[in-house]
Amino acid sequence: MQSSSPFFLSTQTRSAWGLILPSLALFLAVVIIPLIMTVMLSFHDWGQYKGIETVFILKNWYEIWSDSYFHEMFARTFRIAVIVTFITMALGAPEAYILNRMRAPWKGVFLLVILGPLLISVVARTLGWALLFGGKNGVVNMALMKIGVIDAPLPFMFTETGVVIALSHVMMPFMVLSIWAALQKLDPQIENAALSLGASQLTVMRRIIFPQIMPGLLSGGIIVFSLAASAFATPAIIGGRRLKVAATLAYDEFLNTLNWPLGAAVAVLLLVALVIIVVSSNALIERRYKAVFE
Amino acid sequence: MAFLELQNVTKTFGDHTAVNAINLTVQKGEFVSLLGPSGCGKTTTLQMIAGFVPLTEGIIRLDGRDLSNVKPAERGLGIVFQSYALFPHMTAAQNVAFGLEMRSIPRSDRDQRVRDALALVGLAGYEERFPRRMSGGQQQRVALARALVIRPQILLLDEPLSNLDAKLREEMQIELRQIQRNLGTTTILVTHDQHEAMALSDRIVVMNKGVIEQIGSPQDTYQSPASAFVASFLGKTNAFEGEVQASRDGISRILVGEYIYNTAVHIKGAVIISIRPERVSFAATGLRGTVRTRIFQGNHWLFQIETSAGIATVIRQNDGTSMPEEGHDVHLAWREEDTFVRTNGKVG
Repeated sequence: MQSSSPFFLSTQTRSAWGLILPSLALFLAVVIIPLIMTVMLSFHDWGQYKGIETVFILKNWYEIWSDSYFHEMFARTFRIAVIVTFITMALGAPEAYILNRMRAPWKGVFLLVILGPLLISVVARTLGWALLFGGKNGVVNMALMKIGVIDAPLPFMFTETGVVIALSHVMMPFMVLSIWAALQKLDPQIENAALSLGASQLTVMRRIIFPQIMPGLLSGGIIVFSLAASAFATPAIIGGRRLKVAATLAYDEFLNTLNWPLGAAVAVLLLVALVIIVVSSNALIERRYKAVFE
Repeated sequence: MAFLELQNVTKTFGDHTAVNAINLTVQKGEFVSLLGPSGCGKTTTLQMIAGFVPLTEGIIRLDGRDLSNVKPAERGLGIVFQSYALFPHMTAAQNVAFGLEMRSIPRSDRDQRVRDALALVGLAGYEERFPRRMSGGQQQRVALARALVIRPQILLLDEPLSNLDAKLREEMQIELRQIQRNLGTTTILVTHDQHEAMALSDRIVVMNKGVIEQIGSPQDTYQSPASAFVASFLGKTNAFEGEVQASRDGISRILVGEYIYNTAVHIKGAVIISIRPERVSFAATGLRGTVRTRIFQGNHWLFQIETSAGIATVIRQNDGTSMPEEGHDVHLAWREEDTFVRTNGKVG
C-alpha cells in the first residue's frame, strides 16, 4: 500500500533524493565548502609574524580597492582576456567556415588537427612557445638572428603580447568548436538561395552566414573569455613573475608571500567579476538573438 | 525562338555521368517538369540551369544568351528549394525583400512589392513573423514569394512540395498552377512525383539515368509512353508476355496466354504488351483469369487477376455496376490502340 500521508515523502521522491545524494555531497564537500571558506578567509587578518588571525575585517578588500598595483593586475587580466577573445573570434570564424566546407576525408583530418591540441596538456603547449621564442636560446629567435633578420631576440617571454599569442593558441579549439556547431545548423542550400537572389559572395557572408553563426561566436566568446581571464598555466610560464595576472597573483600571495587572506580576496574578486560578466553578457545575447536561438 | 535552350548538356562527377548529353527547349510562359526517380540527373540539371554546378560539356542559353560565364547572382532566376532555405534570422517580409535589396529597389517601392508578393501567396499579415514561427506550408509560401518578387525570368522549383503532407500538397499544387498561369512565369519543376508533374505541367520531361526518355504533354507521356521505363514510371501498367505471329493469310496475330487476336504491329516474335490497368475491362471473351484480390478504394475498385500471361492489375470505376468477386473466373479484354507492344529482349 502506498502512503498518501503528507508527512512522508513518496517512494519515488525518496529514491530520487537517494540517487542525487552522493553527487550532492561531493559538490558540497569540494566546491561549496571550500568556496565559503575562501570567502571567509578573505576577511581574515594576516601579519608577517602573527600569521592568519580569524577576525572579520575589510583590510584585504580595502588594499585591493586602494592600491593601484592591484588595479593594474586586474586591468591587465581582463585586457588580455578581451584581446584573446577577439583574436580567437577573428581567426576561428573563417577556420570553422572553411572546415565546414571541406569534403569527407579532409574534414575529419583537419577537425582532428584542430581538436588534437586539446589532448595535450596546456603546460606542454605553452612550453612549446617558450622553446620557440624563449630569449636567445629560442629556436625561432636563433634562426632569425642567424640569417640576420633581427639583431636581438624577439621580445616574447614576459610580455603581454607573448601571453596573448600563447593564450589565443590554447583557446582556439573552444572557439572553432563553438562556431562549427552553429555552422552545422545552417541549411546547406541557404548560400545558393542568397546567391540566386543576386547577393555577392561577400554579402552572403555578411548578411546571411554571419548573423546565423553569431550565437556560436558569442557563446565561444564567453567560454574563451572566462577561461582566458582565469588561466593560470600559460600566464605563469610565459608571463612568469614579471608579468602577473589575477590568477598568478593569487597563487603568489598564497605560496610565496604566504598572505593567504589577500590571495583569497584576489581569487574571490576574480570569480565574482567573471560571474557578473558572463551572466550579464549571456542575458544580453539571448535577448538580442532571440529569433536565432528559438 | 526558344526561351531556354539546353544543348548537349553533360555533367560528370569523376567517372559517374550524372547528366548525359541532354537537349531541351522551353518556351516563354511554359510550365515544364523534370520527372524521374532519385539519381536520374534532374536536380543536377536544375542546378546547372541555376548556375550552382558548372557544365562538363554543352551549352545553356537563356533568351539567346550563353549562360556559361554568368554567375548565379546575375542570372535573375527565382529558385524554391526543397528545404525552402529561408533566412531564419529574418522575418517573412525581410526574406522576401532580400532579392529587391540586392537589386537596389527604392524602399517605398520595395515595401509595396513585398506586401504584394506575400498577399499573392496568401500570407498578407504575416510580414513580421519569423520562419521558425510558421508552419511548413507557410514557409513554403514565403519561399515562393521570395522567388517571385524579383520577377524572375524563370522560376525553378526543386521538389518544393515534397515536405508537405498529402492534403496540403494538393492545395499547393492548385495554387501554384494558378499563380504561374496568372503571372505567366516560365517555370521548371523538378519532381519524382508523377501526379505532381501531371497536375502542374504543360510538358513533362521524363528522365532516367542521366538521359531524357521522353518529352511530351502529360496526356502524351501517359497514354503513349516512348519506352518501357516511361510506361512503368508514369502510373501503374500491366506488362504481359506474348508472341506475334504472321499467319498464312498475311494478317499478324498476337498471342497472350491462350488469348489470340489480330494485330497491326509489325514486329515479330516474343513481345511485351503494356496496358494501363484502367484500360482493361471485363468481357465475355478475352484473356481468361481468376480474381485473386479485390480492393475497394471508394471511387474505384482494384483487382489482382491471375492469368496464364502473369498477374494482371485492373482498375474499374465504381459506377454502381456489380463487380466480379474474389475466386470468380473472368475474361479480360482491351482495345488494341490502348496497348504498347515492344520486343521482349529476354532470350527464350
